[in-house]
Amino acid sequence: MSLDFSFLTLKVINNIILTGLIFSIKLTLISMVLGIILGTLLAMMRLSKYKFLSSFALAYVTIIRSIPLVMVILWVFLLIPLFIGRSLGTEYSAIITFTLFEAAFYAEIMRAGIQSVKRDQANAGYALGMNYFQCMGYIVLPQAFRNMLPVLLTQTIVLFQDTSLVYAIGAFDLLKGFSIISKNFNRPVEAYILATIVYFIICFGLSYLVKRIQNRVRIVR
Amino acid sequence: MFTLDWSFLSKKVVGTQTYFSWLMTAWETTLTISLFAFVIAFTLGFLMGVLRTTQNKYLVLIGNIWTEIFRNIPVLVQIFLWYFVIPKIFPIFSKLPAFALAVIALGLFTSSRISEQVRAGIQSIPTDQRYASLALGLTTYQSYRFVLLPVAFRLVLPPLTSEAMNVIKNSSVAFAVSIAELTMYAIQVQEETARGIEVYLVVTALYFISALIVNLISIVVEKSIQIPHFIGGKK
Repeated sequence: MSLDFSFLTLKVINNIILTGLIFSIKLTLISMVLGIILGTLLAMMRLSKYKFLSSFALAYVTIIRSIPLVMVILWVFLLIPLFIGRSLGTEYSAIITFTLFEAAFYAEIMRAGIQSVKRDQANAGYALGMNYFQCMGYIVLPQAFRNMLPVLLTQTIVLFQDTSLVYAIGAFDLLKGFSIISKNFNRPVEAYILATIVYFIICFGLSYLVKRIQNRVRIVR
Repeated sequence: MFTLDWSFLSKKVVGTQTYFSWLMTAWETTLTISLFAFVIAFTLGFLMGVLRTTQNKYLVLIGNIWTEIFRNIPVLVQIFLWYFVIPKIFPIFSKLPAFALAVIALGLFTSSRISEQVRAGIQSIPTDQRYASLALGLTTYQSYRFVLLPVAFRLVLPPLTSEAMNVIKNSSVAFAVSIAELTMYAIQVQEETARGIEVYLVVTALYFISALIVNLISIVVEKSIQIPHFIGGKK
């Protein structure tokens, strides 16, 4: 069979592929930032001496991690209208889903990060008269982030790959762009070959970058 | 706030099939896809992981390329690739049902992750063991078969368990090519019966139970192969 990529005009790239790509990147970045913040809070709760905080965080992380992401996407999309009385649209629904879902994974990473900081450091902070939040904010968390930076970024690449699953609720992301092309021009073979190449280049490039960052962090320390 | 109404489960869909029996078939499909995919993933992942630890740079390269390719493409894109593209380019695959294509896609995707675990497992064994076995006159094959792999296999069992759970979770993307597994059931029955909460609850519960089953199996397997006073042999 012969491949025909003639449908790939500047207009198609601009209107369909770039629109999808921009949403995918937006979704990834927003969920990464919110997910890391929420995940860090969950990790702090998990390590808290208050039993109800740590059991809540443990339950949250365990439950989220044993449900398929597609089901979480569907759940949020179904529940939001029931709670607020109207639909938020697929895009906001996706952002909320990914923040809640990835927070569970970032929480596990941050927990390992916090535990990788020596206890003496926190004790030294307390001895200087800092309270819990000062101690966390000025001493423990900066080191935890530094130690876990490569893992956090690797998880973000997984997050970027996962954004393709918003297909389930029909949000306009990068993959949706290619599936529109496949239908409009009746060229599924070419469209999905392109999708594969684009996703591969982005993810491979990002993981190469993470490897370089990993080496830099290692040299400095 | 909501009143749950489970009566849809006993309603008839077509013929004698009820929403409940359809649910059970869907669960079975999810488990079958996951099982076959895991067998493929385990076989190829183990092979590729081992290749990446050999001393032959070409074998290492093959293993690395394999892993990078299947790890850096989202699983849904890989499903579409196998469903829409591969059968057109290689007509031999056009005879396979969508189910088999989804199994292959999921299996290859997971194989890259297992390959990572296996490579890390083998590399965490002190190099002395490899050298010692070679010094004893074992061939490369023998040193893997009798020295490295028995230890590596036990080391990678815990991560393999979580990969097995991931396969079950990832099998949910097969809904995109209309395979009647649990997620497809959730989407379709939610539309037909408008009992979204109940449908999603029961489907989510089945995913939980599936993960639990995998966990139980792995506990049994880990117990039965542990070496006393060795990895995991403390219990």
